[in-house]
Amino acid sequence: MDTIITSKIVLTPLIPFVSALLILASKNKPNLRESWSVFGAVLTFLSVVYFLPHLLAGGSYQYTMFTIYPGVSVKFHLDGLGILFAGTSSFLWIMAGLYCVGYMRGLDEHAQTRFYFCYAVAVGGAMGAAFSGNLFTLYLFYEIVSIFTYPLVAHHQDQEGYFGGRKYIVYLMFASKAFLLPAMVLVYVQCGTLDFAIGNIATGIFPHNAAPLLVKITYLLCIFGFAKAALMPIHGWLPAAMVAPTPVSALLHAVVVVKVGVFSIARVMLSVFGVNLLNKLGLGIFTAYLASFTIILASVVALTQNNLKMRLAYSTVSQLSYIILGVAMLTPNSITGGIIHITNHAFAKITLFFCAGAIFVATHKKNVSELGGIGWKMPFTMIAFGLASLSMIGVPPVSGFVTKWFLALGTLDIHNMILLTVILVSSLLNAGYFVPVVYTSFFGKPNPGDNTSPGFLEGSPLIMFMVIPLFFTAVASVLFGIYPDLFLKIINLMVVR
Amino acid sequence: MEQYLIYNSLNYPILTVLVAVPLFGSLITLFIRGDKYLKIWGLVVTLTTAVLSLPLYSNFDLTTAKYQFAEFRNWIPFAKINYVLGVDGISILLVLLTTLVMPLCILCSWTYIKERFKEFICVMLIMEAAMVGVFVSLDTVLFFIFWEAMLVPMYLIIAVWGGPRKDYASIKFFLYTLIGSIFLFVAIIAMYVTTGTFFIPELMAHQFSFSYQMWIFWAFTLAFAIKVPMWPVHTWLPAAHVEAPTAGSVILASILLKMGGYGFLRFCLPIAPAATIYCMPYLIAISIMSIIFGGYLALGQNDVKRLIAYSSVGHMGFVTLGIFLLNDVGIKGAILQMVNHGVTTGALFICVGIIYERTHSREISDNSALGMLMPIYVTFLVIFSLSSLAFPGTNSFVGEFLVLMASFSKYKLVGGLAVIGAILAAAYMLRLVQKMVWADSDGHMHHGEKSHLFDLNFRETGTLAFLAIFVFWIGLNPGPFLKIMDTSTLHLLQQLEDGRKAMPAGHGEYHALLNGVGESIRHLVAFK
Repeated sequence: MDTIITSKIVLTPLIPFVSALLILASKNKPNLRESWSVFGAVLTFLSVVYFLPHLLAGGSYQYTMFTIYPGVSVKFHLDGLGILFAGTSSFLWIMAGLYCVGYMRGLDEHAQTRFYFCYAVAVGGAMGAAFSGNLFTLYLFYEIVSIFTYPLVAHHQDQEGYFGGRKYIVYLMFASKAFLLPAMVLVYVQCGTLDFAIGNIATGIFPHNAAPLLVKITYLLCIFGFAKAALMPIHGWLPAAMVAPTPVSALLHAVVVVKVGVFSIARVMLSVFGVNLLNKLGLGIFTAYLASFTIILASVVALTQNNLKMRLAYSTVSQLSYIILGVAMLTPNSITGGIIHITNHAFAKITLFFCAGAIFVATHKKNVSELGGIGWKMPFTMIAFGLASLSMIGVPPVSGFVTKWFLALGTLDIHNMILLTVILVSSLLNAGYFVPVVYTSFFGKPNPGDNTSPGFLEGSPLIMFMVIPLFFTAVASVLFGIYPDLFLKIINLMVVR
Repeated sequence: MEQYLIYNSLNYPILTVLVAVPLFGSLITLFIRGDKYLKIWGLVVTLTTAVLSLPLYSNFDLTTAKYQFAEFRNWIPFAKINYVLGVDGISILLVLLTTLVMPLCILCSWTYIKERFKEFICVMLIMEAAMVGVFVSLDTVLFFIFWEAMLVPMYLIIAVWGGPRKDYASIKFFLYTLIGSIFLFVAIIAMYVTTGTFFIPELMAHQFSFSYQMWIFWAFTLAFAIKVPMWPVHTWLPAAHVEAPTAGSVILASILLKMGGYGFLRFCLPIAPAATIYCMPYLIAISIMSIIFGGYLALGQNDVKRLIAYSSVGHMGFVTLGIFLLNDVGIKGAILQMVNHGVTTGALFICVGIIYERTHSREISDNSALGMLMPIYVTFLVIFSLSSLAFPGTNSFVGEFLVLMASFSKYKLVGGLAVIGAILAAAYMLRLVQKMVWADSDGHMHHGEKSHLFDLNFRETGTLAFLAIFVFWIGLNPGPFLKIMDTSTLHLLQQLEDGRKAMPAGHGEYHALLNGVGESIRHLVAFK
């Protein structure tokens, strides 16, 4: 099918920005403000769905908005990888938009207009990144996400918030200026364009006679420049960013921000360098080992964390590397496993964060060791937590299993037993840090001196605002595990078997 | 003459008018009483000039590298000094920058200047005439007259309306610039003695011997390097910026610094091409030093104006780097970066002036945590700060990207070092914004506190909004701006190439040596 040139695809990134302005305009009317947020989310998701049929038929969309310099432009292009990420993020924005209402009102947070404004802009940035058709556009939206999430991370404006915010922005801006900017210039100098190779993940855009050492350096700069992917050793910002309100951690640090990072890395590997070049220079397997290192180490660190959100943060660091690992193995199966994990991880991890936030609003508890017996007071929350944990561990039929299945197939394709071992060991480690949480909440004893009110805690309307979305995402996680066909179809558009 | 000039075909002598209107306007101010009328008169004159300059853009011929809208009058025939004006793709954007920034300078002084209003408006208008004159004159004597004519009004702006250390700052500014212009003057006279002409295009066409070129090259370079300013002759700039009133800082940053870059492009490169090629590595090294030192020093400042002044040193380092990489992309990037710096840094100085009027302090600590109190102001501050750190989608990104592209395609090592400047820019601008917007406030409005911090009024919003339009316009659609420079840049590179061919045999050895060194460096950094 053909590529349709239409300015319609600008709409999807544009809707969140427009809703951000509407949120700002109705700052004195909380109900209206929050309905703009949810309304914008629904519209964004619908606009993504609108583009799906043509994509599934094998076509794509494209539009060039501004030309900065020959080969450097603000250009949008929508293909399978982009729509998977955009669809996931925009759908979860609806859930998070509802959840925010309960959370922010439940805790009576300050500066809520700023919060909703930045939230919407950050999602808009992610949509832009998903729809970007060249490296410059990707960089533009990547940076918009960086800047506008800073006020969200430092939202509490206390000492901890400022410290976390500073660490966050320093890591991200340093990486993007020191690594990403020169990487982009080097790509341009070697290729004469920043446009992605469209509809073909094999060739990339590099000329055949590119100097190998220079290509390798450019590649390393790219991998570490997208610091949002939290590849070790530049993962330090992610735990620091956990000082943000939980809806921020949930949507941004499980879905939007970190996924922009891994999405960008996947995009650069597949559409800029291309499978052939990466295979030729041995960069794929190098990245796979780098990701394996992060997977194992971050899981081990997660075992030691008592603070629930920190444990989830290190789990995120580890899980993100599955995506990179999958893409880096460069076989059709492994790439499928990596990319589908963008969605699988998003649904599961947002559920886990939602649960952590709901527990905090209802009981003001942050640590795993304090959760004894909470499962009986908040049954829906903890059941959702359990389902999402199963997805993280990779137990069938929850969606995480699909990821692990394809990743394992990928390791067998390239006959690499080390990487297979990494996947199996890391699954054990995942179980090691998630199972105790669920176990404690149902079978643990409350700490002495625990003054949580007895009885059912999920009855109040504000808590319902949180429990309904989180239960919904957990159930969705199971459904995607049973029926992953749609996603596989979308990914097959890119990966030719 | 026709081989160099395209005579003005508009129904008014546009370039003369652009010089004469402000000059004439400054005379009229002497007969106006009352601050209110003086302000309005100043605004009317600068706006008229701005409107009259617009046909330059709409009627510019993109296909020729000749000097357009030209005017020619005999002036002092026995010495062959003529009144020749004209613009090409290099100078036209700078002329437009000047005429468009000047009304903003008057607007940002509206309440800032409290005394001697008559003199202030008079001096500002003289300044405008001289600045336009510098960019449009094609006769070295005429150029020098305008160049020197800027010196006294600028000195007065700092010395009369400046801050507490205005005497020190104004004299330092005066002396530095004067030393530079002495060398400029010597070079102009020397070239006249050799060639018998003051006409710039003829001087460009003349083949000077290599050693002669070296002498005039360094004379020019010293004059222009002080003006830019390049490390290590930048020390007058922070002093002058800190003490100057807002309008003075804006003029300094937006326009005066550009004269250095313009001088390099108009004099050094075409008149002394062989010397330029020979000295290229040294000037690249100095530019890199400016970028890194400027950024590093900006990081440690607690005075907002001083911080922006040091950031100017870094940004102008990108300009000179782009110029001396001597390729198409680099020079275009440099000219665009000059315009960008004029827009962005000018706007930042206006922002500082606005807050200074409210708090009477330039210290970051006295101007912190404005986010809750002045949301409109903070929005503009963030926009211009992001532009200053070359955020993608803003004007500075395009300039910086082009210069980096030129450096990476020529010498990878130079590109790598220039990136340090980009990192530092992000560091000091984000630090400034964090402190000014939030500092360590707790995010709650404390009633009654800081009631003097009222948000922007209509005049201030309009001034900043005008510049913000350019930030995004150049950032997203720089095509028209780059197109204007295309032909003239190519012509300039052709002149350089001719100069390289014409290098005398004796000096070919130097060149061979240099080529040898360059080749080995290239092998080192090209990773082959």
